[in-house]
Amino acid sequence: MKYLDEYRDPASAKKLVEAIRRQVTRPWTLMEVCGGQTHGLLRNGIEAELQGTVELIHGPGCPVCVTAMESIDFAQQLAMLHTTSTNNVVLASFGDMMRVPGSHGSLLDTKANGGNVKTVYSPLDAVELAKRHPEKQVVFFAVGFETTAPATALAVKQAANDGIHNFSLLVSHVRVQPAMEALLQSPHNRVQAFLAAGHVCAVMGYESYEPMVERYRLPIVVTGFEPLDLLEGILNCVRQLEQGEARVDNAYSRGVSRQGNQAAQDIVREVYEVCDRPWRGFGIVTNGGLQLNQDWRHFDARSRFDFIRSLPVIEPAECESAHVLAGRIKPPECAAFGKACTPDAPMGAPMVSSEGACAAYYKWHTP
Amino acid sequence: MNQTSWELHCPVAVNNDSPRVMLAHGEGGRMMRKLIRETIVDILSSESLAEMDDAARLPAIDGPLAMTTDSFVVSPLFFPGGDIGSLCVYGTVNDLAVSGAKPLYLTLSLILEEGLPIAVLQEVLQSVARAANQTGIKIVAGDTKVVPRGAADGLFINTTGIGELVDPVPPGPQALCEGDELIVTGPVGRHGIAVLCAREELALQPAPTSDCGSLVAATMQLRHRLGTRLRTMRDATRGGVGAVLHEWSESSGLTLAVNEKDIPVSPDVRGASELLGLDPIHIANEGTMLIAVESGASEDALEALRSLPETQYSAKIGTAITRQATPVTITRMFGRPQPLDQPQGAPQPRIC
Repeated sequence: MKYLDEYRDPASAKKLVEAIRRQVTRPWTLMEVCGGQTHGLLRNGIEAELQGTVELIHGPGCPVCVTAMESIDFAQQLAMLHTTSTNNVVLASFGDMMRVPGSHGSLLDTKANGGNVKTVYSPLDAVELAKRHPEKQVVFFAVGFETTAPATALAVKQAANDGIHNFSLLVSHVRVQPAMEALLQSPHNRVQAFLAAGHVCAVMGYESYEPMVERYRLPIVVTGFEPLDLLEGILNCVRQLEQGEARVDNAYSRGVSRQGNQAAQDIVREVYEVCDRPWRGFGIVTNGGLQLNQDWRHFDARSRFDFIRSLPVIEPAECESAHVLAGRIKPPECAAFGKACTPDAPMGAPMVSSEGACAAYYKWHTP
Repeated sequence: MNQTSWELHCPVAVNNDSPRVMLAHGEGGRMMRKLIRETIVDILSSESLAEMDDAARLPAIDGPLAMTTDSFVVSPLFFPGGDIGSLCVYGTVNDLAVSGAKPLYLTLSLILEEGLPIAVLQEVLQSVARAANQTGIKIVAGDTKVVPRGAADGLFINTTGIGELVDPVPPGPQALCEGDELIVTGPVGRHGIAVLCAREELALQPAPTSDCGSLVAATMQLRHRLGTRLRTMRDATRGGVGAVLHEWSESSGLTLAVNEKDIPVSPDVRGASELLGLDPIHIANEGTMLIAVESGASEDALEALRSLPETQYSAKIGTAITRQATPVTITRMFGRPQPLDQPQGAPQPRIC
């Protein structure tokens, strides 16, 4: 496939591995922020290939994994509302979210128990659903990072333009950079450099990382998802670390510019405001989320269905996914990994999500 | 009271020529008989069905039989490369063919949802007739039920197929030995991706097409050419090639090692899979099978398969080896074998 195969060329990959080996004089600890990068590293055997040179720890960059259980619980209550005559709700969600456990099972369980849950492929599909079913209230479960926030903003604007009143958003969008800063501020922090998530930067640019690099004196390299992208990013980090440098570099210039996608940022600013948000595994992350601003609050499902009471969240005690998400442990170090917690019976979101670090280890890691 | 008048002025208006399936079409009366005779039997042009008896009477067969049953609930009913009609025939025929049988007889149970356009039913049945004709299987018995609107998704079909086992019958996956070679008979994942794109109206260009088709000729050709060197065959339907590899590994107690670069994937399926975050090795096929042959027999097998248009892109993808820590391994770019997982249920497209 054009534009992909050249980033998967085994000979070039081997050369990059060699270059990393030549550079490294001590084991450095790098964090790949994005779950897609974790999968790329493990799926292609890169982590194993680099053993002894760099330690890769897996960051919180899976939007499904970090969605607060409280949001899933709320979504499940919404999905059950279709049985009442006054609130005939359809909960529309991306497929990724369907198997993530809340306090009482997943959205798939809710569906099996009679809840009205529909998988959609884009937020605009949910708007279409609302158009086709004026007798129902369609709620889109808006999860994801800066990558998906513009699309849900566009959906809500589309609904407003078309005069659709039976559409709303259960907004659970999260912002990556505040979580990266929270990690660096932790007393347990081991991160010496970040591979920044390429697709988040495609929207947000990387300018905003520059003050962070100054503040914490660590390299941040914008990195893509293909094997050669990942190896380029790692090599760049290692070079900076070995030379005592700390800058933001862009190793993903085919997808990312310094300023990012201005149109996407504009629509996000128009519709949302920054808020503090609970992240699964992190607790409340200051400025770690987006919520609909005053102008668009009437499309907020939490306001529209304010009679739903948030119930106490029940997290399984054995699950150490909070530590995994914060990069404090690797998935196999969790006592439940592969035993009480498997993709068939996941305890934490990182085991169920297609982008989750635990699932990546379970799938691709060679013991 | 004038009884004759009551009979002549029946208060219930029955539209015998409704363009849609009605509940009355399933209730044993004139409408049902008309539907069966004028739509189903006529299109399928089966002598056995035309008798409309309670059971099909079939001639004696000398050897052992193979029998299989399957239900088809695909949505949408029509998708690029096929439809539920051809799918139900090929799906059943292929199950017989890969078991080493010559397909002979097929039953066809139709569960119709009230409101289904008769024209849709006719189109599906024409497709059934074409596929049956192409594969040489005879439709000998059937059943029709109508369920209220909302109780089904347009049309469900259940089939049962009977075939005659013809020597040499491949012994099956439990007979796999170390060194046996694994072959896939075409690009993987086409059916699942085609149906997904059609169902979700993903406007991909070009739209992926299903591989929905018959494996009868390919299985005959293979058995003729390889004889007892053919260990086992399986059409890689739900769960795709990945699921078959896992099943075979479990049956044989061996590890099955495949190479990613050798697994054929068509550009449209690869593009859609990349976009959706799915792995074609786990996506359903409907006219593509995995076969295992004795060590050294893969060249002969490939030559036989490549002589047929439907299996011209066959490729050797791996080998059976001594049992390792993981049942199925895949070798990717660094040449390091890694575990190949089994997905949990249907793979879900990713957010990012």
